[in-house]
Formats: sequence, C-alpha cells, structure tokens
Amino acid sequence: MAVSDKDMAELLKLRPTQTLDPFKGVKKLPLEEFFTSGHRTCQGCESALVMKMMVKAAGPRTIVLGSTGCMYVANTTYYSTSWVVPWMHTQLGSSGSAGLGTAAALKVLMRKGKIKEEPINVIAFCGDGGGADMGLSAISATLTHPDYNLLMLMYDNESYANTDIQLSGSTPYGAHTTFSPPGKVKRIMHHRWKKNLAGMLAAGHPTCRYIATVDMSYPVYSMNAVRKALSIGGPTFIHSMDPCPKGWDYDPIQSHELGELVVTTGIWPLYEVEDGVLKLVGKTRDIADGRLKRLPVRDYLLRQGRFAHFTEDDIAYFQSKVDESWERWLIPGVIPFKKQLEEDRPPA
Amino acid sequence: MTEALAPPPQTQPAADKTSLITGSEAIAVACKLADVDVITAYPIRPYDTVMQYVAKLVANGELDCEYIVAESEHSQFEIVKHASAVGARVFCGSSGVGWMYAFEALTVTPALRIPMVAMVGNRALDDPGAFGVEHNDALAVRDLGWQLVWVDNAQEALDTALIAYRVAEDRRIFLPCAISCDGAFLTHSQALVKVPSQEKVKAFLPRYDRGDLLLHPDNPITVAPQANEDWLMEIRRQTAAAMERSSSVIREAYADFERIFGRSYGNPFFEEYQTDDADVVLVGMGTLSTPVKVAIRQMRQEGKKVGFVRVRWFRPFAAQELAATLGRFKAVGVIDRDFSLGAPYHSGVLATEVRAAMYPAASRPPILGFICGLGGREVTVPDVKKMTDSVYLAAEGKTQPGTKWIGLRE
Repeated sequence: MAVSDKDMAELLKLRPTQTLDPFKGVKKLPLEEFFTSGHRTCQGCESALVMKMMVKAAGPRTIVLGSTGCMYVANTTYYSTSWVVPWMHTQLGSSGSAGLGTAAALKVLMRKGKIKEEPINVIAFCGDGGGADMGLSAISATLTHPDYNLLMLMYDNESYANTDIQLSGSTPYGAHTTFSPPGKVKRIMHHRWKKNLAGMLAAGHPTCRYIATVDMSYPVYSMNAVRKALSIGGPTFIHSMDPCPKGWDYDPIQSHELGELVVTTGIWPLYEVEDGVLKLVGKTRDIADGRLKRLPVRDYLLRQGRFAHFTEDDIAYFQSKVDESWERWLIPGVIPFKKQLEEDRPPA
Repeated sequence: MTEALAPPPQTQPAADKTSLITGSEAIAVACKLADVDVITAYPIRPYDTVMQYVAKLVANGELDCEYIVAESEHSQFEIVKHASAVGARVFCGSSGVGWMYAFEALTVTPALRIPMVAMVGNRALDDPGAFGVEHNDALAVRDLGWQLVWVDNAQEALDTALIAYRVAEDRRIFLPCAISCDGAFLTHSQALVKVPSQEKVKAFLPRYDRGDLLLHPDNPITVAPQANEDWLMEIRRQTAAAMERSSSVIREAYADFERIFGRSYGNPFFEEYQTDDADVVLVGMGTLSTPVKVAIRQMRQEGKKVGFVRVRWFRPFAAQELAATLGRFKAVGVIDRDFSLGAPYHSGVLATEVRAAMYPAASRPPILGFICGLGGREVTVPDVKKMTDSVYLAAEGKTQPGTKWIGLRE
C-alpha cells in the first residue's frame, strides 16, 4: 500500500510550522525590527539588509544561528548585539548542522513535554564560504532530513569578504580578489565558474520542499520566500545574491542598482522550486517569457572594480557563458544540462 | 523484629538487573536510563558499536530521542552542540581520526559551556591504519576544557556515563565530558553488568536545566559573539574556573552515586591496587589494568612488592592527590598507551603529566616512562614484568632512560 503524505508526516512526527502568509507589498510590511542597531557592517552592505529583512519576515518567535563570516563578525560585537531574537554563533561549515541540531532539540523537547509546545522558526545562515564551500556537505545532509523544520539561508557576496576578500567557490569567473589578483603575466587568476548552488541543491534533494534564489533589490518577493520557506515544513534553502561594496569595489550607493543588474543581465536568475515545481520569478520570468531583453553583462561587470582588468575578450567570454545558460541549458539558468539531451532522445 | 514484618515501602526502587553486555552497549544503556534527547551517529570503528546499540533501542521504542545519522564527525558534534544549547540532553562519540575530524567542534564545545557527554572508543590515529587502541585521540583535547575519564570495564562504563551527565550538566561546571573506552578490549568485550533501575537513575540525575543560557525566544540572548581582545581573556578565565570546580563536583557525584546505587569506586580520580605495602608502582589508564594486575599477583608470589595506580580522571587531573600517593614509593613507572613526540624525555602524555604533578611534592621518587601497547598491541604479562624490573633498578638508584618503548620488535 502506498504511503500517503499524511502517513509520512505521521511517521516523521513532523511538527506544525508557523503560518506566515505573504506580505502584500512593501507598504504592508510590519514596522517592528528584530535586527536593529549595534552592528558595524560596511556602508551599502546588502547582506545586512538580508539579515534585517529575513528576520522581519520570520518574526519574533525565531531562533537564528549564524555561521562565521561578515554577518557574524560585524553584527555581534560583544556587548552590542544587533539581534532582538535569540542568536547563536556556529562554525564556518556548520550552518546545516546548527539548524538541524536546534530543530531536532526543539522537536524532542516539545514531544517529551520538556518545553512549551509552539512552532518556533529556526533559521541558520551562512555566507558563500560557509555554504558553497566548507558547509556544503552539512547543508546537503540537512536537506535530506524531512523530519525537521528549518531554513538555511546563504548570503552570497561572492567572496570571503570578512577575511579580506578571498575567492570562494561562489566567486564569479575572473574576479579580482586578494587570492586572485591580476598580475603582469596572468591577467585572469580565477578560472573557475561560479557554483550553481541553488540549482544543485534543488536537483539533488528531491524531498526538500522549497528552494529559492532571492535578491534584496526585490525585497517583497525575497521576504515572502523566507516566509514560505518557514511555513512549508521540512528543511528549506534560500540563496541570496548580495552586492558587496568592499569586495566588488564600487560606490556603496550603487548596491541596490547592482542587485537589479545582476538579475536583468541574466546572470542571477530568480526562481523558486516548490515541491519539485520550478517557478521563474519577476524580471527573470519576464526575460524567459520574452517580455524583457537581457541586458549585456558588460553593463554589470564594468560597474565593479573587481572586473576592471577585463579585456573585451574576457567580457565576451563571460557573456557567452551567460548566453549558454539561457540558450542551451535544459532549464534556463537553473539546470546546466545541455539541450543535446532532448535532441538525442526526442519526446515520442 | 517488628521492622522486618513491616511491608516494604511503595517507593522502594526495583532491583538491579544483570546483563551480559559490552562496554559500548553499557553506555547505550546509560543513554536510555538518562533519557537522552538527541544522539548523533557517524561510523568509525570501534566506538560505533555504541550507536548500533542506540539505533536498536530507538527502533524498538526503548529510547525516545532524536537519533540523527550525520554526514561527518564534524557535523555529528556540531548538531548535538546546538541541540544542547536549546536545552536537550545529548550524546555523541567517535574514535581515532574521526574524533580529529570533529576537532573544530570539540574546540568550541567547552568554550560554549555545552555539557555534552561523548564516548571515545580509543583508537590509533592514521596513518598507517590500525583499529586498535591508542589514547592519542581523546588526549588531543586535553587543553580545551573537556573533562576526560578512562574506564576499564563495562560496569564502570555505564556508571561513569551517568556520573558524566551529572557532573557535566551541573550549573557550576557546564563543560563536556568524554568517556574513554579502549577500542576492542572494552568496546567489544562482554561482561556481566548490573543495570540500575530507572528510579535510582532519576534520583541520581536531575533534569538538564540550561537556565539563563537557554537559547529560546523567551530568553533572546546572543551566544558567542565576537569578543576579541576586549573580553576574550575574562571569558576564557570563566571556563578555566569551571574546570577548577570540577574536582569537587566529581567527588560529590561519586558520593551520591554510592549512596543511591550502593556501589563504591573509592577515590574517584584514581584506583589503587595493592599499593599499601608496595615498594614500586606502575601507573596507567584504561584496560591495561588487567594484564598489569595479573602480573602484579604473579610478581608478589615472587616476593616483589609491586602496586598499580589506574588513573581514571585525566581532566581534571588530581595532581596533588596523585603526587602525595606516588611519593610513598621508591620509584614509579608510567605506562603510556599514547605518544607525544618531542615531549620532555620523549615520554608519553601521562608520564609527562605525572612528572609535572610531582615536581612540587615533598617526596619525589624517580619516574620512568614506558610506551607500550600502541595500535591495539597487547600489553602482556612479560611486558609488565620487564617494565617493573626497570622501575626496581631506578629504585635502587641505577640510572634508567627516561622513556622506554616496550614490546617493540627491534
């Protein structure tokens, strides 16, 4: 006899989540803040905005775990925490484990009557170093545990920005970092293409109910992604693209604009994968549907000092890779299998 | 006589049950008795047998906990660390290089004042690979705030696990505790064990109360912020003070253990065997106690007055007490089932600690270090006799090397 979703929920003793309905627009957002003053992030830091919006979306009955990185070091100086909700540091590669351990403990303590029964949000965040590099294994493992409710959020500023801007597995091709400086002999020190993390996690964890890419230049969508991730049940993952004035080398006033450009150039597709159903979102959807023409990547790259050493050839190469992701990937911007697959085995 | 006729009180605890179980199973049973909330597993021999027993207890509904199979030792220890921060009683464990893979998590656990209890199935570190016992794995955390205890039989493993929870979760301490069980010799060897009743355990082990350190929306604290040079030293000092309080809390726990369970371990920190009239003694940790005790019984028939001191608690180290005890003898031989390459006199870890403990003592007999039984090699009765001969020579004033490797093919 087939096991129904209800049977499975019973088997897993899954606890109810909070019901967090979507915000209906920026003017409907609550005024109450749970990430407030007391931090010392850089001017124009988009990741700090992600923290603020993330926890505003989650509300007060939330525990936040933060792995080592900018959002640890800059936000929680001893005696001046910016967190109104309970917050705990976790190790660089431990966001997945921190969320899992916290959620598991809440579950068992409520089941045994050792603490009051109530849905408590658990959010574990990490940077791209902690998520795309060191912590990938733990995040992947946690996404396979259907019996715990938690959200893992990766704020991706595309380098180890806290430790002096070193390249990570999430740094874009060719970017100037302190570990990949352009030199007299080698102009391009970083030849690796950025990991497609959200796509990888969505494809590789079929029981995970919700994975999304977000960008705080589109705050209502991004906050609603957080609310859905916390409401849907089970482990979920959100990948946030965060322009970083210090690491990307631009005037802090341009953070919001760069956050838009990374989407409108097609470099950063916005999408949700909910119960295995892919939904392209916002400007990304407009591009896919032909309502919006992708802007050239040049418009994005040349606004940033980290690409100042790029030649025309470098820009052309970057453009060709982005084009390829839209024109040849099986699911544009999401799954990097080429359409060859379809051509070899056409539908009957 | 009238008292004997009175009915037994309703609350009289059930009698102990005797089971034939291994050291690993004894600790799994202790987890059940302690009503542990979150347990994480990851495979590495030989400790992982404890998790196999835990898995069966969970599958059979005998233990109600979140039992999580992690994807690495690092995650295994991080998961329970965070579970403990929100108030769950936790259990974890590892062996050899698995323990070393978790090292970052092992570092932050005492610093966060997390009362985790872990089992180390002591195993040689790679390379080359060996499944057998060596103590370097557990000893690697000796500077970090872990309470470290070595046991030498399954009964002691079960009892010490209960004591470990009681001590670790005491608000005066809030430091993790690792119970070392020698790989194979203890993890896989069965013995008759008295399993106490749930009522007795309840009387002995109070609930874990995280108190004002609980991470919960009702207590919205920030845990482990970036302190830097402004405050790090004061915070470190608090952790050190907790370790300094540990000895007296351990003593209280053993006294209560004896009162409630009716089993006594005497001095909690070290066991003395035939030391009353001894001329010389050997010192060691773990299951090498068995061949040492057999050899001592044989040597005593030959007229040699040899004793043995088995160190249980390595952290906290009972320096003054041990120094006072060892000062009674003419010479001391310390058997290390570990190595500490480049250490003073090229001795192992225990010998170096014993020498440090003895320095301020009024009576300081010669101390020899022996390295023996690495990688699971047996410590044999002839090995013990050979070591004892050296200790006697030292007692007679004949200069001996500071460290000898025993049972080694030359």
